[in-house]
Amino acid sequence: MKRKVLRIIALMICAMMVFVAFSGCNKSEEKKQADSSEATQSDSNTSDSEDKTGTKSEAYDETVTLTFLIDNQAQLDGINAVADVIKEKYNIATEIELRPSGSEGDNLVKTRLATGDMSDLCFYNSGSLFQALNPEQNFVDLTNEPFMNNVIDSFKACVSVNGKVYGIPGEATMAGAWLYNRKVYEELGLSVPKTWQELLDNCEKIKAAGKTAVIGSYKDDWTSQLILLADYYNVQAEVPTFADDYTANKAKFAGTPAALRGFEKLQEIYKKGYMNEDFLATTYDIALKMLAEGTGVHYPMLTFALPVLQANYPDKASDIGLFAQPGDSADKNGLTVWMPAGIYLNKNGSNVEAALKWASVFASVEGTNAYAAKQKPNGPFAIKGATLPDDVLPAVKDMLPYFENGNNSPALEFLSPVKGPNLPQICVMAGSGAKTPLECAQEYDKDVEKQAKQLGLAGW
Amino acid sequence: MMQLTKKIYSYKFLLPAGIIYFTFFLLPTVISLFFSLTRWTLTDWEFIGFENYEMFFTESSLNIGFRNTLIYAVVTSGLKVIFGLLLGVFLCTEIKTKGFLRSMVFFPNLLSTIAVGVVFSSMMHPSRGIINMGLKVLGIKGPDWLGNTNIALFSVALTDVWKGVGVATVIYIAGIMSIPRQYYEALSIDGGDSWDRFWNVTLPLCRPAMNSVIILSFIGGLRTFDLVWAMTKGGPGFATDLIASIIYKQYQAGFYGLSTAGNVILFLGVSILAFPLYKYLSRSEVDL
Repeated sequence: MKRKVLRIIALMICAMMVFVAFSGCNKSEEKKQADSSEATQSDSNTSDSEDKTGTKSEAYDETVTLTFLIDNQAQLDGINAVADVIKEKYNIATEIELRPSGSEGDNLVKTRLATGDMSDLCFYNSGSLFQALNPEQNFVDLTNEPFMNNVIDSFKACVSVNGKVYGIPGEATMAGAWLYNRKVYEELGLSVPKTWQELLDNCEKIKAAGKTAVIGSYKDDWTSQLILLADYYNVQAEVPTFADDYTANKAKFAGTPAALRGFEKLQEIYKKGYMNEDFLATTYDIALKMLAEGTGVHYPMLTFALPVLQANYPDKASDIGLFAQPGDSADKNGLTVWMPAGIYLNKNGSNVEAALKWASVFASVEGTNAYAAKQKPNGPFAIKGATLPDDVLPAVKDMLPYFENGNNSPALEFLSPVKGPNLPQICVMAGSGAKTPLECAQEYDKDVEKQAKQLGLAGW
Repeated sequence: MMQLTKKIYSYKFLLPAGIIYFTFFLLPTVISLFFSLTRWTLTDWEFIGFENYEMFFTESSLNIGFRNTLIYAVVTSGLKVIFGLLLGVFLCTEIKTKGFLRSMVFFPNLLSTIAVGVVFSSMMHPSRGIINMGLKVLGIKGPDWLGNTNIALFSVALTDVWKGVGVATVIYIAGIMSIPRQYYEALSIDGGDSWDRFWNVTLPLCRPAMNSVIILSFIGGLRTFDLVWAMTKGGPGFATDLIASIIYKQYQAGFYGLSTAGNVILFLGVSILAFPLYKYLSRSEVDL
C-alpha cells in the first residue's frame, strides 16, 4: 500500500517536472505599468487637441503622457532633462518604465513587441540587435521627418532597414577602447601606445611594477568581447570590404587574418599573464574600482563606463584616459566607435503624433544642450551642430582627435546585422586559454551562421 | 440510454480540468513539435525540416549540454542518494536533538535557489571567497571553484546536493520509519549487530524510498536551470552549460525554432531516461 502511494506521488511529481521543464522557457514578461485608463484618456486628448489646433507645432491643452521603455543601465539624468524641455514646449509628459539590460532586456523587448504590449517610445541598441526587432512591422518610419536632417548619416545607417530610417539617437556616441589610469602612466613614465607591440611593452613594465596591467572581468562575460570588438578599426583598415563580405557570407573570422587577430590579441593578454589572477571571478563593478584606484591600469571597455566611474569615484574619474586599441602599425591607428542606442516610436501605439513631436525635440541641438547640461556625455553627439560642454572628462576629450581627424570607424555590429549570440562565451574561452584563437574564430563563424539564417539574409 | 446518460454525466465533471489540461499542456506540446521543425520569429515561420535538431547535435556549443547534463544528473542524484541515506539512517536513531537536526537538514530546501546560487558563487570566489580563505588558513591553496573549466560543473553540482539533500533525507526517513519493528526484533533475536540491521533490513526495505529519491533527483538534475544560471550562466565559456540553460540562451538570442527543438529534445530525453529507469527500479523493489 505504502509503496503504491509512494509510486503515485513519484509519478505525479515526474509529470509535474516534465511539464515545468517544458513550459520553463516561456518566460512571462513584465506587465505594462501604465494604467490603461490613462492611456485611453491621453488618446482622446490627442484627437481633441488635433481638432482644435490643427497644427503640429503647438502644445497640447491637456497633458499627454508617453510611456518610454528604457534600459535600467542607461543614464537617465540627461534624458529626464530633455523630457522636461518637451513637457514645457508641448505639454507631453514622459513616463519612464525601466527594463533589465543585456540579453534579458532583449527578451523583454522582443516579447512585448510580439504581444503588442510595447510602450510609445522604446530605447534599444542600434545596429545588429535592432535589425532583429522586425522594425518594419513595429516602428514608425522616420525617413521623411524634417528633424531627421539633424541626425548624422553614420547613425542613420545603423537604424535603417531597406533604406528606411526608424530611430533617433538616444544618447551620445561611445567608443570601445582602452581606458587607462593616467596617474600610473605618469608614475611609471609610460606614453600612450600607438602599436600593439608598444602596448605589450607598457604592460610588461606595469606587471614588473607589481600592478595588474590589464583588468579582466569575465564574470560578467560580455566584458570579454571588448578586445575583439574594439579591434574593428584595425580590421577595416586592412580589409576595407570586410563588413559587406561578412554580411554576404563571403568572409569569415577564421579565414581573414586581420579579423582573427582580435581573438589572438585576446589570448595574448592572457598568455603573457597581464591580467588579474581572479579575472574569471571579477565583475564589471570590481574592475572599475580597480581602474579608478590604480591597482589595475588598463581596462578595455566601452566609454559608457565613464559616467559610472564619475558617479562612484568622483575624485578619481579625471585620472582616467583613453586610447584606441592599437593595430600592428602606428600610421593606421584609429578609434572603433559605438553608435548610440536609438529611440524608436511604436507604430502601433496610441500616441504616434505626440511621439513624433517628442522625437523632434530630442533629436535637435536644443535637446542635446539640455542633455549635456544635466549629464556629461560619453562622447560626441550624433546630432549635427551639437557641441560638447568644456567640462567633459579627460577620457572623452581623448576621443575628440579621432573624430576631428576622421580616423574612426563604427564597430562591426553597426555595419553588419550579423552578430552571433555566443560571442561573450567564445571570447571567454579565447581569453582564458581554453581554446586556440583559430578554434574560437571557427566556433564564432558557426554561431554567426545561425543568426544570419534567422534573419533570412541572402547568401547563407 | 440510461447507461449512456450515466456515463456522460460523470465525464462532465472532468471537462473543466480537461479543457485546461488540453489548452495549456497538450496543445502547446503538439504545437511545439511543429515549431521545432521551423525557423520561427514568433510572427513568421519557415519550414526547415530537421535542421534545428541537426544543429543541436552537431554544434559543439550546443551538444556540450548533453554531456554536461548527464554528468550533472548522475553526480547530483548519486550524491543525494548516498548522503540522503546516511542522514536518513542517522536521523532515525535515538538521538536527543532529532527534531532540531531534521529541520536543519531540510532547511536549505526552503531557500530560493537563486539566493543559494548567489551566496555560493560569492563563497567560491577564488581569492575573497570564504571557502578559499578557510583553506588558506589550513595552508591549502584552494582552486578557482567556478572559474576552472574542469571543476566548475562539479562545484555547481555540489551546491545542488547541499540544497537538495534535505528532500532526499525526508523521503528516506519516511521510508525507514515505515519498516515494521518486527524485522529488527527478529534480527536481534538472531544475534545481528547494527551493521546487519542496516545492511539486511533497513537497506532492502527502504528501496521504495531510495527509488523515489533516485528518480526525483535524476529528473531534477536533467532539467536543472536556475542554479546554473545564478552561479555561472553556463560559463566560463560553455563549461557548465546544461541543456536547459542552452535552450534559454537560444530563446534569448531569438532562435525560437532552435530553442523549441531543444525543449523537445529535453522532453524526449527525460522521458527516455526516466521511464525505463523507473521500470527497472520498481521491478527490483521488495514488498513489505
